[in-house]
Amino acid sequence: MRLGRREFLVASAATGAALATARPLSAADTWVELPMQNGKRPLVKYPHKRAMIVQSSRPPILETPFEAFDEGDLTPNDAFYVRWHEAGFPTSVDATSFRLNVHGVVKKPLSLSISDLQTQFESAEIVAVNQCSGNSRGLFSPRVAGGEWANGGMGNARWKGVRLVDILKQAGVDAGAKQVSLHGLDHGVLPATPRFQKAFDVEVVTANPDMLVAYEMNGEPLPLLNGFPVRLVVPGWYATYWVKMLSDIEVIDHVDDNFWMATAYRIPDTPNNSVRPDQTGYKTIPINKMHVRSFVTNIQNGNFISGLEKADPMYPYRYGAEVRGIAFDAGSGIKMVEFSDDGGKSWRETKLGRDLGKYSFRRWSTRWTTRAGSGTHTLACRATANSGEVQTNVAVWNPAGYLKNNIETYEVTV
Amino acid sequence: MRAIVLGAVVLGLVAAGFPKSESITLPGSSIMFKPGPNLGLVQANCLVCHNADYIYFQPALTRAQWTAEVNKMRAAYKATIADDDVPKIVDYLMSQNGKT
Repeated sequence: MRLGRREFLVASAATGAALATARPLSAADTWVELPMQNGKRPLVKYPHKRAMIVQSSRPPILETPFEAFDEGDLTPNDAFYVRWHEAGFPTSVDATSFRLNVHGVVKKPLSLSISDLQTQFESAEIVAVNQCSGNSRGLFSPRVAGGEWANGGMGNARWKGVRLVDILKQAGVDAGAKQVSLHGLDHGVLPATPRFQKAFDVEVVTANPDMLVAYEMNGEPLPLLNGFPVRLVVPGWYATYWVKMLSDIEVIDHVDDNFWMATAYRIPDTPNNSVRPDQTGYKTIPINKMHVRSFVTNIQNGNFISGLEKADPMYPYRYGAEVRGIAFDAGSGIKMVEFSDDGGKSWRETKLGRDLGKYSFRRWSTRWTTRAGSGTHTLACRATANSGEVQTNVAVWNPAGYLKNNIETYEVTV
Repeated sequence: MRAIVLGAVVLGLVAAGFPKSESITLPGSSIMFKPGPNLGLVQANCLVCHNADYIYFQPALTRAQWTAEVNKMRAAYKATIADDDVPKIVDYLMSQNGKT
């Protein structure tokens, strides 16, 4: 249905009224202050979620409170960040009538139920980081518009499902196929808003058996807000490709030129994918694989949230803490994480935690000692991937606020 | 008997332990558009696709940046904002979260 302007005003006024009565008491909100101008955000409990940092209430963009990353290798489902593009996504999904349709340039179109996925295909499991393309966008300088994430637009989960390549094999990709285009049940409020849709070259899918159509996340069905009943898992690639509520796979004989591939989620095709804020006239390419990053997980706002040792009564001036965190890259695996307590002038290697696979968070830890009362220290961590990629102090800049991965520093006063 | 068979067929579409359906109710936002120039126009256009909080959570933007955002809503997301209304909406956005 196409709404005329008059109907629109009525429809939107009704929406506004409904929202105005939904949660009238701002005093009931707990607020957090993210480290950016206009960084005050409400913490709100969402269905199947703990209190999340609200970046947008409709469509929901919910940031993981960073302390959740200190809980272990895997990000709990109830803390896993949420990012929907279009407010028309369904808040109710019937898994029994749900079908994943496979069609286009294929020998045998498929219409797969959840049961079909669970019984007709070999299951596969992988631990992989899912990170929003714009994670840390709010920390860009100069600032750019968009979802103003601090660093909690990411998570690490154990995904279980079916290999996308196995589904394509069953459908039989025909000669002349160029790309695989995918979309989910979500749609815009306006019929004319472009449906969220992503595409890969056929060769990318056939060469990557790690791409899954996942029906489980950390041993449970996916929370609706994370894409119930199935979502695409694209290990190593930014989360824009991890289509939620995946319901349609079309094999096409051309390059998908929909808005979400041709206009949105593109990065400058320049060194480090960076440009100057005033730069124009450069070529862009679709965003793709992630870059190496590392974080300390047990320091927040200059304080240790855990890991601080009690002062030794014999040597009360000695101050000790376990500094620990996470590192990840696009799937070569983490080779080394180094720690600095002098703002990056000197570095020493830390101890890596257990290896859950090359696409997973890799935990690291080290013991740091100093003298109580010695003032403010700038701690830092720097990851090196097996690919040779290493974090630097150079912050990328691009107008959409993608790809941030420079070395993180933490001011701690003792 | 027929009901049992039908039930089994329906159950067969999802494996045991997998929820037959999921349904949630989203909490609203406590953040409303504050009074300002052309408030009604902003409410009528912007609230169709997103809430007010997203605007207040942006960094303070210049008039050129807010204009680009409103034009993106029209060009990319097909918001039916009239040409004449664009500067009026931008006036409001500048009054709420503008950088001069």
